Amino acid sequence: MDPNASGPRFPLPSEIADAPGAEGWRSMYPYFTRFQPDDDKRFWFYNSMHFPEPMPAFDTITAEVPYSAIGANTARVFVFPTTLGIEHRIVNGRVYITANPVTDPDEIGRRAAVFGERAGYYYENWDTLYQGWKMRIKGLIDEITSITVPELPEFDDPAVVTESRGVAQNHYVRENFHRCIDLFSVMWHHHTEFLMLGYGAYVVFFQFCKQAFPEISDQAVARMVAGIDVIMYRPDDELRGLARLAVEAGVDDLFIEGCSPPAVLAALADRGEGGRRWLEAFERARDPWFNVSTGDGFYHHHRSWADDLTVPFAALPRYVAQVRDGLLADRPTESLRAERDRIASSYRDLLGSDEEKAAFDQMLGLCRVVFPYVEDHKFYCEHWFTSQFFSRIREFGALLARSGVLAEAEDVFQLHHTEVDQALSDVMLAWAAGAPPLGAAHFRPIVAERKRMLEALRGWSPPPALGPVPEALNDPAVHMLWGVTQQTIEAWLRPAEGEVRGVGASSGVVEGPARVLTDVNQIGEVRDGEILVCPVTAPSWAPVFGKIKAAVSDIGGSMSHAAIVAREYGMPAVVGTGDATKRISTGQRVRVDGDRGIVQVIA
Amino acid sequence: MTQLFTCWTAEVGAADAARAGGKAAALGELARAGLPVPRGFVITTAAFVSHMDGVDPDGAARGALGALAADDLAGIARAAAGLRGRVAAQALPPEVAAEIAPACAALGDGPVAVRSSATLEDSAEASFAGLQDTYLVVRGTDAVLDRVRACWASLYNDESIAYRRRQGTGEDGLAMGVVVQPMLDPRSAGVMFTRSPVTGDRSVVAIEGTWGLGSALVGGEVTPDSFTVSKVTGEITGRRVGVKLRVHSFTPNGQGISATPMAVPLRRTPCLTDDEVRALARLGRQVEDHYGAPQDIEWALLGDDPRRFALLQSRPETVWAARDSGPIASPQAKASDHVLARFSRGL
Repeated sequence: MDPNASGPRFPLPSEIADAPGAEGWRSMYPYFTRFQPDDDKRFWFYNSMHFPEPMPAFDTITAEVPYSAIGANTARVFVFPTTLGIEHRIVNGRVYITANPVTDPDEIGRRAAVFGERAGYYYENWDTLYQGWKMRIKGLIDEITSITVPELPEFDDPAVVTESRGVAQNHYVRENFHRCIDLFSVMWHHHTEFLMLGYGAYVVFFQFCKQAFPEISDQAVARMVAGIDVIMYRPDDELRGLARLAVEAGVDDLFIEGCSPPAVLAALADRGEGGRRWLEAFERARDPWFNVSTGDGFYHHHRSWADDLTVPFAALPRYVAQVRDGLLADRPTESLRAERDRIASSYRDLLGSDEEKAAFDQMLGLCRVVFPYVEDHKFYCEHWFTSQFFSRIREFGALLARSGVLAEAEDVFQLHHTEVDQALSDVMLAWAAGAPPLGAAHFRPIVAERKRMLEALRGWSPPPALGPVPEALNDPAVHMLWGVTQQTIEAWLRPAEGEVRGVGASSGVVEGPARVLTDVNQIGEVRDGEILVCPVTAPSWAPVFGKIKAAVSDIGGSMSHAAIVAREYGMPAVVGTGDATKRISTGQRVRVDGDRGIVQVIA
Repeated sequence: MTQLFTCWTAEVGAADAARAGGKAAALGELARAGLPVPRGFVITTAAFVSHMDGVDPDGAARGALGALAADDLAGIARAAAGLRGRVAAQALPPEVAAEIAPACAALGDGPVAVRSSATLEDSAEASFAGLQDTYLVVRGTDAVLDRVRACWASLYNDESIAYRRRQGTGEDGLAMGVVVQPMLDPRSAGVMFTRSPVTGDRSVVAIEGTWGLGSALVGGEVTPDSFTVSKVTGEITGRRVGVKLRVHSFTPNGQGISATPMAVPLRRTPCLTDDEVRALARLGRQVEDHYGAPQDIEWALLGDDPRRFALLQSRPETVWAARDSGPIASPQAKASDHVLARFSRGL
């Protein structure tokens, strides 16, 4: 049956009108992100998982560089037989993507031969290679952390002369900025080096389970492979430790709802031995565990806990109160591990033959080999490295602000990285010439106009997909990473009144008042027993899970952060709804069915 | 109480199908495994043999049945009617009646159900489901003795004989046991498969149920509630509440079985709570574990308490068992070969 024959359809890319008030949005983005006439023939979906907001010009680097890296790894390095890379386009500030398949059987066969050797090498040596990977990523983090922005003093450092360096400070403005961009690219190449192979092992096990147990839930498969000592729990664990120490050291009275982080830190300095012990522990926890983004590491304004202590300090009073009441428990890692193993062995026992059991053991075993990477890479890449990356760019923004090119440091994120390059050239030239830079007149109006357009773009509701619906969308990676399946597309086409559908990611049914948050900085608003409705969650949202009854997200599949944490807390979760944050309002009473993946507005 | 012609249900087991009939043997087996089955007693196949020795001493009538062609429906009908009449009319051998009377007394004064338990019934190979009779709300020993003969006579129903002729099953050595149990007055009842009847998934238990007696469900008079429960996590992964317009109920002091419209508020109310669903699924798993194969089970809930489930019958699931073919995956030289193979073929 032709799914496009009749009934509802998605708009074609060419049918999208410019958002009112933001007609000039194209000026913010490179030409290669624009929809082309032929793009009307293909199916695109809005990558709201990674890009839930309109893109500031600089932040498009978090699409440009990752897609450059992931496509290179799948199409050119490991030569996946059936998959090339991902193309992305920006319209009205939103990122749409499509995956390029290989369908010609001869070409698939030719690629498969190469893929077998290359992927085989990585699987065979996974543990060793992953240890090496961690070392390299930590090296990259050290590098990005150590990059400095030249001061450009009136007279250059005497060492330039006494060490006959021969290269003046202004040169390093460009070199160090380029170094940031280059490191970001290297990080993303490493990020995607293992990504598809890691998910590939999971996809194979997932499909086997679905075939052997047609009614098995996605979350049951996920629970069999989930790691227990996962880095994403660590920041939250550190907070719990700090809460315990606050009580033990007798400084817990400072942690009250609504407390201001600088005020608390200042007060602790006057609290003698107890305060000193707490501050020392705090510094140890902060580096590296507070390098966790309040988003997913794709926007400059998703600051890390280390940058903005509001989020961890919003969680601390609650944990402190739980410690006092003897209610703060550690994650029961032993029983979680035992439960994971029980589930896996129960499914294994239900298989029909010893052959299937042996195949199950191999697939599950491989998943457990690759999962430390799958689960932990985000902390190193999107959180730790990327927080540092944006901090460095912000420092270049500060240089541009000091030189008068920009009004404030944050404005640097309104420029594409190639435009930042130009602005820095201006500053370098000006310092050398002993004249003021010319950028203020050029860039300040551009920045002001772009800020205004971004606000206007915020009001545009992006369709969940564009173009003709594919006959069959059975790409398991798309399902796993983005939660997009044939059913999702159906639900996008035919949204039911008062009902939001997504992926049932953690089972159970509960009712309660909704709390819609579009930004993690609002987590202080969440009240006990509410149902969290949010675009996407990241590890830094973990503290809120202690308060809520259920989680609903616009974005995510059964392996997304919200899904994993909700299963851990034993609360229902529905992820990958597409637009729950738009269709549900704070205060509405909703019923979350984590088994069927349905959220109903009941009052 | 094991005697020649009667014994307690719990005194027989799976190996006793020849002596007690399939249904009784299965119930006894469940009871022995510690599963909740209603108490009751079995009238053994020896009683049937003894009775038939009086009805058809030289086996000539039965031999004649065995000689009929499967498609000779008129001949079957004629011969069967004669034999059935004699089975029902012939007085029970006194030594058989002498054992049944005290067993009835031991069950108490209330009405009972008299259920046939054929030696071929309820086996995995040939499902005779529904071809033999069950009598509900039987009061007093004399009535029980009547119904026992009626059960035996049902072995010679036209359809049963035609079925045996088609299957090539001989009449020699054919026998029937009978189970006598106190009448149950369930709050809810239904069936349960320890494997999805829809997808064949072995990791789930599928439950269907309705208010009152299960006969409303089996007879198709209601759209039952259905539940799917994961055997592994215990989660209720599927739930559809039916519209149960009618209810079959047993009223101990009234007219026996009544079929009445269901009270409106309860029509769309699930007939089992979540706790009850999970408890029932656990029972299903116990039965399956006991037999080592997926089961098709009849159940009843005797009050507002998940501990008050009773299992009325269990037999091996046959539909999906017959469809199972080779393994869906085999071990490879290296674990990663699974992935390489998957990504080397089109989606």
